[in-house]
Amino acid sequence: MNFLGIGTLSWITFLPILGMIAVLLLPKENRNAIRWTALAITFLQLVAAAFIFFNFNRGLAGINTVEGMQFVEKVSWINIKGVPWFGKIYVEYFLGVDGLSVPMVLLTALISFVAVIASWNIEKAFKGYMVMLLLLDTGMMGVFVSLDFFLFYVFWEVMLLPMYFLIGIWGGPRREYAAIKFFLYTLLGSVLMLLAIIALYFSVTIPDPTTGEKIYTFNMLAMMNPANFEPGSLLAGTSTYWRYLAYIALFIGFAIKVPVFPFHTWLPDAHVEAPTAISVILAGVLLKMGTYGLLRIGYPMFPDAANHYSWALAVLAFINIVYGALCAMAQKDFKKLIAYSSVSHMGVVLLGMSAMNTQGMLGAVFQMFNHGTITAMLFLIVGVIYDRAHTRDLDAFGGLAITMPKYTGIMTVAFFAALGLPGLSGFISEAFSFLGAFQTHRYITIASTLGIVLTAAYMLWTLQRVFLGQPNEKWAGLPDINGRELAALVPLAIITLWLGVYPSTMLDIMTTSVNHLVEFVKQGGAAVAMLPK
Amino acid sequence: MVEQTLHSLSQFLPETTLTITFCISILAGLILRNKPKVIPVISFAGILLATVFAVRQMGSSQAVFSGMIVVDPFAVFFKLLVGSTAVIIFLFSIYSQEVQSTLKRLVEYSSLLVAMTLGMFLMAGAVNLLMMVLAIELTSLSSYILAGYTKEAPDSSEASLKYIIYGALSTGLMLYGISILFGLTGATDVYAINRSLAATSVNSVALLIAVLLIIAGFGYKISAVPFHFWTPDVYEGAPITITAFLSVASKAAGFAMLIRFFKISFIDFNLLAAHAGGVWGLLQGFEWNKILAILSVLTMTLGNLVAVWQNNLKRLLAYSSIAHAGYMLMGVVVLNDKGLAAVLVYFMVYLFMNLGAFYVVMLVANKVGSEDIDSYKGLGYRSPFISVAMVVFFISLAGLPPTAGFIGKLFLFAALLDARWVWLAVVGALNSVVSLYYYVRVVRNMFLRDPEGSTEPIRFSFPQMAILLLLLVPTLLFGLFYSPIVELANASVLMFGVR
Repeated sequence: MNFLGIGTLSWITFLPILGMIAVLLLPKENRNAIRWTALAITFLQLVAAAFIFFNFNRGLAGINTVEGMQFVEKVSWINIKGVPWFGKIYVEYFLGVDGLSVPMVLLTALISFVAVIASWNIEKAFKGYMVMLLLLDTGMMGVFVSLDFFLFYVFWEVMLLPMYFLIGIWGGPRREYAAIKFFLYTLLGSVLMLLAIIALYFSVTIPDPTTGEKIYTFNMLAMMNPANFEPGSLLAGTSTYWRYLAYIALFIGFAIKVPVFPFHTWLPDAHVEAPTAISVILAGVLLKMGTYGLLRIGYPMFPDAANHYSWALAVLAFINIVYGALCAMAQKDFKKLIAYSSVSHMGVVLLGMSAMNTQGMLGAVFQMFNHGTITAMLFLIVGVIYDRAHTRDLDAFGGLAITMPKYTGIMTVAFFAALGLPGLSGFISEAFSFLGAFQTHRYITIASTLGIVLTAAYMLWTLQRVFLGQPNEKWAGLPDINGRELAALVPLAIITLWLGVYPSTMLDIMTTSVNHLVEFVKQGGAAVAMLPK
Repeated sequence: MVEQTLHSLSQFLPETTLTITFCISILAGLILRNKPKVIPVISFAGILLATVFAVRQMGSSQAVFSGMIVVDPFAVFFKLLVGSTAVIIFLFSIYSQEVQSTLKRLVEYSSLLVAMTLGMFLMAGAVNLLMMVLAIELTSLSSYILAGYTKEAPDSSEASLKYIIYGALSTGLMLYGISILFGLTGATDVYAINRSLAATSVNSVALLIAVLLIIAGFGYKISAVPFHFWTPDVYEGAPITITAFLSVASKAAGFAMLIRFFKISFIDFNLLAAHAGGVWGLLQGFEWNKILAILSVLTMTLGNLVAVWQNNLKRLLAYSSIAHAGYMLMGVVVLNDKGLAAVLVYFMVYLFMNLGAFYVVMLVANKVGSEDIDSYKGLGYRSPFISVAMVVFFISLAGLPPTAGFIGKLFLFAALLDARWVWLAVVGALNSVVSLYYYVRVVRNMFLRDPEGSTEPIRFSFPQMAILLLLLVPTLLFGLFYSPIVELANASVLMFGVR
């Protein structure tokens, strides 16, 4: 599965970098060449993602075994000879995907492609914009395919700077504030994560592939095996103070990205101020990194802590769902409403994860994908109306269904998918999440269902205010949605419909891996239960 | 005796070269009065040669001049660091308006830079407290004059005067501390102090006072809080080239001495074999590392918090360099070779990123005539290349991957967590979040704000760009492929007389 001697995953990750270099070499006046290059690159990335989708063996679990990983690339990257007091330093360039990461890889490729279409008419410094967008793309893809913690962290941080610029230069009126807030919040989480990574590094040893002596490692899969933890090291044992602390540090790092209440306050600012395409990427992909990180790293490396704190996660999920929905209901700004709806919907992912059973986790991973597509549509829809009317005030509109019928049609799909109408993808994943969580955290789940009602309420209310009722004279001349905007929205709408009717397309990919993850975490939890109190 | 001296001289080649260069520079200045531009070339060649000689000392480990000075990997590393910094500073000076506008005094400038480098070379190898004081004084006296080099500017003279006053005070305190220590142990040689401390127990209060006073001297050199007050004013007032030199080389030499003094004086040689992994025990139960831990927290926290409010880039970088001294002190606190190696890695990284940041400040100041943060508004659109370079240097200073600064922080935090100094690592990590804020303030002005006044593109010559690349490429490359710097650091923690 190599092309020109380079593996598929390297291609899919570093294609945008190639595109970035190409764009840098183009003259900045030639906007067409720049946008078509970016589009071609993201399209190739999408093709590579489709290749992975079709060639992915649905029977292999992955998670903690390298045999179960697919499209694996493993090359020695940094190899520093040992001195007696400083073990050998051995870092690998280690990529691979399993059922957890493939949906995210697909999502990233899809959203990046859509984002380029949505960025077609950026006015200011177009070349710089595309360069940053492509760099961001590499960072996102890298996070989802790397299996070495060092590499993972590098990709994780590489995203920050382009995102800062994308919000800060091309954003709305309060862009500076939103950009620095995003930057600082995320970095705060990252440094805590870094400390947890170092603590893990010094706790886990594996035999050197050549000499057999014990060496420290950043290999994520090795960190998941309790047998690799050195006795007496900081994170050895189960359910120790340090293990809980390290889990919490990791959790905060990921929670800020999700974002979990009370770390969510950067989100409304960043989402509202960012240009449409960047809001789409933020909501579509970046938020998923938090939950992906928890599933890929937090759960299997700290099953004891994950089990121990599953109730806390459920409580936080409840707050996210209900508080996010209530906040959304109170908004007058269309984009801010969608931003808060993301907080609420990511709460559903967290609730599914806290369930610790197959239904819940499957729902959570599926919801990650669905939220990515649905919220991307919602932000695109806001972008369409804002481009025309230059306002996002919900009360300023009315009766748009008459002036913009096609737009209203596609918007209806997105809205109903977001509120969980059966037949659309959002319903399946939310149902799974709640179903799973009900078995584990009964009362919290019952309370959380309030969120579904609230979501229906604010979605329908918005629909009514903006699209129904008496047409506002002021907007009588608004042109309907154009071909380019449809090109961004329609593929997402089709996916939403398809997965609503036939979810197995996506579920088949992740079932084996999710089952394995649930078993794995349960066993880790079982080991805790057997310990003498 | 003669043989011994001759042998010592052969091991003293880098320093001898610098001494001769210094003399030649002054004499040549007198003879070639009409061709002042020749002198820097002579000084540059001398420093380059001395650095090459220092490289050739790699791997040797011995005491010379009856144990006043040692040549060991640790000293060689710092000579290399100081020498390379001096070489780069000379390259900067070619394009510094402040330096080039005073052609007549170019002789003083370049010869004093050589003298300062000599002082730092001696600081790197000194093992006798008297030698240490002399080396510090040689460095300081040269830097006092250089800080006031642009004497037409009032803040330059102010800088120089402040520098002298604080310098004199802290040297005085340090000498007082040394005399108390001499009274307690009867020795000025750090190895003899160690033997004395190991043999007899001394009054712990007196020892504490002596050490605190000595820390005042070292703290002044590395600009650790609360001995940092001179730093912002001197950094702001001195020519940028000198500021850059002080911020890297002077700090490095100060650290070399601090580490050597504390490690050798208080290391428990009997326990050294018992502790595996380069960990060492302490004599007399005197936990000097806890003092340094507090100093480190104060230094980085104050440095970072005050930097947030600075509007002058030189002052901002001054406070940032104070904060970086705090980070590096963390590596000394852990009392093992991993920590020391982390400090050395950090210094190598710091050399490139900090000099790079100062270089950009200098280039911009040449063109727009100001170091004010407001003059950076819209710079990203007027001069994209150096603005992007500045972003890389700042991101590296803040410690984000994929830059070398991240590797520096990674190894420091790793050393701390490995030795279970978790709280200190957390403080350091939080500090780096704060630091990002003020670095990004400059980035914001460069890219997020529109230019005020002139929007003309600013162009720089090709050699200017080449010097920038010389600093930019390692900053990025060592972030992804850090084996060379880590291997060099690992090989350089060895000190004479310790295993």
